[in-house]
Amino acid sequence: MASSSRPILLRARGIRKRYAAPVLTDLDLDLHAGEVHALVGANGAGKSTLCRIICGLVQPDGGELELAGAPYHPRSRNAAEREGVQMVMQELNLIPTLTVAENLFLNRLPHRLGFVRRSELYAQARRALEAVGLGALDPGLPVERLGVGQQQLVEIAASLARSCRVLILDEPTAALTESEAELLFAHIERLKRRGVGILYISHRMEEVRRIADTITVLRDGRIVVTDAPAALSPDEIVRQMAGRDVEEQAEQASYRQRGKALRVAGLRRGPLVRDVSFDVTRGEILGFAGLIGSGRTETMRAIFGADRPEAGEIYVADSNEPVDIGQPRDAVRAGIGLVPEDRKQQGLLLPLSVRENITLGKLGAFRGKLGWIDARQERAWSEVERENLDVQCASLDQPVIELSGGNQQKVVIGRWLLRDCEVLLFDEPTRGIDVAAKQSVYRLIRELAGEGKGIVVVSSELPELMLLCDRIAVMSAGKLVTTFERGAWTQEAILEAALREYSATTSTGKVAHV
Amino acid sequence: MSDPTHTPTIKPETRMESTRRAFRNGVEYAGMAAVLLLLVLLFGLLSDRFLSMLTFRLMANQIPALVVISVGMTYVLVIAGIDLSVGSVAAVSGGMLGVALIGWHWPLWLAVVLGLGAGLAAGLINGGITVRWSIPSFIVTLGMLEAARGLAYLITDSQSVYIGGGVDAIGAPIRGIGLSPAFFAALLSVIVAQVVLSRTVFGRYMVAIGTNEEAVRLSGIDPRPIQLAVFAIAGLTAGIGGVFQVAYLGSADPNAGIGMELSAIAAVVIGGTSLMGGRGSVVNSFFGVLIIVVLQAGLAQIGATEPVKRLITGSVIVIAVIIDAYRRRWSLRSTESTTG
Repeated sequence: MASSSRPILLRARGIRKRYAAPVLTDLDLDLHAGEVHALVGANGAGKSTLCRIICGLVQPDGGELELAGAPYHPRSRNAAEREGVQMVMQELNLIPTLTVAENLFLNRLPHRLGFVRRSELYAQARRALEAVGLGALDPGLPVERLGVGQQQLVEIAASLARSCRVLILDEPTAALTESEAELLFAHIERLKRRGVGILYISHRMEEVRRIADTITVLRDGRIVVTDAPAALSPDEIVRQMAGRDVEEQAEQASYRQRGKALRVAGLRRGPLVRDVSFDVTRGEILGFAGLIGSGRTETMRAIFGADRPEAGEIYVADSNEPVDIGQPRDAVRAGIGLVPEDRKQQGLLLPLSVRENITLGKLGAFRGKLGWIDARQERAWSEVERENLDVQCASLDQPVIELSGGNQQKVVIGRWLLRDCEVLLFDEPTRGIDVAAKQSVYRLIRELAGEGKGIVVVSSELPELMLLCDRIAVMSAGKLVTTFERGAWTQEAILEAALREYSATTSTGKVAHV
Repeated sequence: MSDPTHTPTIKPETRMESTRRAFRNGVEYAGMAAVLLLLVLLFGLLSDRFLSMLTFRLMANQIPALVVISVGMTYVLVIAGIDLSVGSVAAVSGGMLGVALIGWHWPLWLAVVLGLGAGLAAGLINGGITVRWSIPSFIVTLGMLEAARGLAYLITDSQSVYIGGGVDAIGAPIRGIGLSPAFFAALLSVIVAQVVLSRTVFGRYMVAIGTNEEAVRLSGIDPRPIQLAVFAIAGLTAGIGGVFQVAYLGSADPNAGIGMELSAIAAVVIGGTSLMGGRGSVVNSFFGVLIIVVLQAGLAQIGATEPVKRLITGSVIVIAVIIDAYRRRWSLRSTESTTG
């Protein structure tokens, strides 16, 4: 069924928007009823700005919007929602201390005389949760007790619980496991049949090609191409996004050397780190695969001293003396660095400059007389890392909050490069960054391995780990269940291992969604 | 690869870039200075006695206590804390000074050291409890506000200790200049504190902690010693403020400094320091103090009664913060990110 045969639901003509530089230039877009229209493009291409205009968060500088034939110019997000335009943001909008049900129906809690009718609320919440496959989730649970993936699904359920004609999904699967994503796709299919028009932003090519009826590639605020998925190969899409050929990664060379970089023995902390032991040799890239909530992040944090482990030893290099890590400072002194999962909350000083962010971990080295910062040295060295990492910024004094996700991530990595660690733990290093930035993160990780550093990469994107790693360790329900050598792994085998411990422990109810 | 024992050779910052940076810093101060100037001119027009050396000398000799206390308060706010105890701690320090001088006949310098030591100790207790048990500094210093006031009454036996000329070396105007040593000391503290905040590693850590403490911790920096030091500094500046207050009044009053924490917070906030932490300027806090003092002196001169003065001062504080919020929103909008 060709989408053009269906009526046009949302029509955009000549949309313009500029901040310091033009972000959108004379953009035309048609969204048909019952269509999934994917928007792809590098960070900064204008996808998010376009969606923010459509859902009323941002006012365009010019251009016309029509919704079902009538002029549509939402002044606020509320106005857009009244017209039936819903957006699920990349950042979570849930209130962590409230329950799942309260979050779902926050602006229309069923009540009598001002008292919330809890049973009715929970019943409604259960129906909404079932729609996204979270039927087993207790609606009375505070949102903060859920994993990121589940929170994302709750967020989606919240939008779906309202009536909608146009649904905008901004990277909805970024934090989802494959099974969770499948649930989402099934629901998108149902919405399509009901005639909802869906704008779908994603960086994942296979996913976009699978579920979209139409793909629009944006570059520098303009539409480069709009076509059916069948007419656009993944390579073609990436080429159009980048505007140039992205070089294919040749067969991965291994930089493994003799000698250990890191050895972890019997690490324990709570239910998510249960007797984890592994080692990384110098120059090796070790991947950590597993479902979201399987304890990979918690393991990294325990190694790094961000959370204090209950038991276990950590050895750096070939030493037989375990290092005593009570807090991150001790880990850093031992030569371990962590690029955290959530760069905005845990990595960056958002309002501060690129320079201040890069040099934060190494300021001591720029300490002159009386604790003075040697400004010339600091500037020079942060410029070295900026260039080394190819961070795109107006100047070293630009606040990092103004940079794209990929460039922000490079700044966090730059901090550790400057600090010069022997072991680097990367937790979801490419989450939410565009294809080109991903490639440069991969290149960096390989370079670091080439220098003989021990690298651990936690990622929820299997293809990424399979591309990058010498070995892949798989965690399941807090246990490290198996480790695959390059060549010995398959997606199926890894997935099977990732699920292994859950079948044994479903009685704990910890992971009801699997 | 990154061994900063030598400076890598890169293109040096162009003159234009460094000028632009200096200009931006200058603009920050110029805004506050302009507001102050406007106020002075306004009162100059409204009262024919206001624009005189006498008025300015009186104000200058009155402010040292509030200035140094605002210096410490700026630091605490920058690390996203707050110190409500400064007024009471100042009273303890002043009381110690008075009792040591008059009751125990200590020499002035030793009595001052005792007073400052008391302030420092109070600050260390505030910081130690805040850091050790991760308790909000609001609560800890609220407790100290009450406890230190009690201590001030105990030390002085709830009586004002009259000292007279014994503290003139600190508080009395220097002949020929008309300004007290305390005024110059306060001015010096502003300059030193600003330089430390904006140019040293310690200052950078303060701003970083106030911006995102978790990110600082995960960068391998232990934020706790820095937080402890900042509360200790706030205690010490409260102690200095107490000593200055006693020197200005010539007596140690256990009721001294009541409400001082609010004046200091007001001055710091008028100066654009964020209560959320991560942003602040000691120099602008100094301007904040001057604005409050000029406002009060000016209003008094044009015959405003105490209630009216307080009404207007309160409104000005809130209006200043609203203006600051708008200014920030504008500057944010003009550079809004273009992540797409």
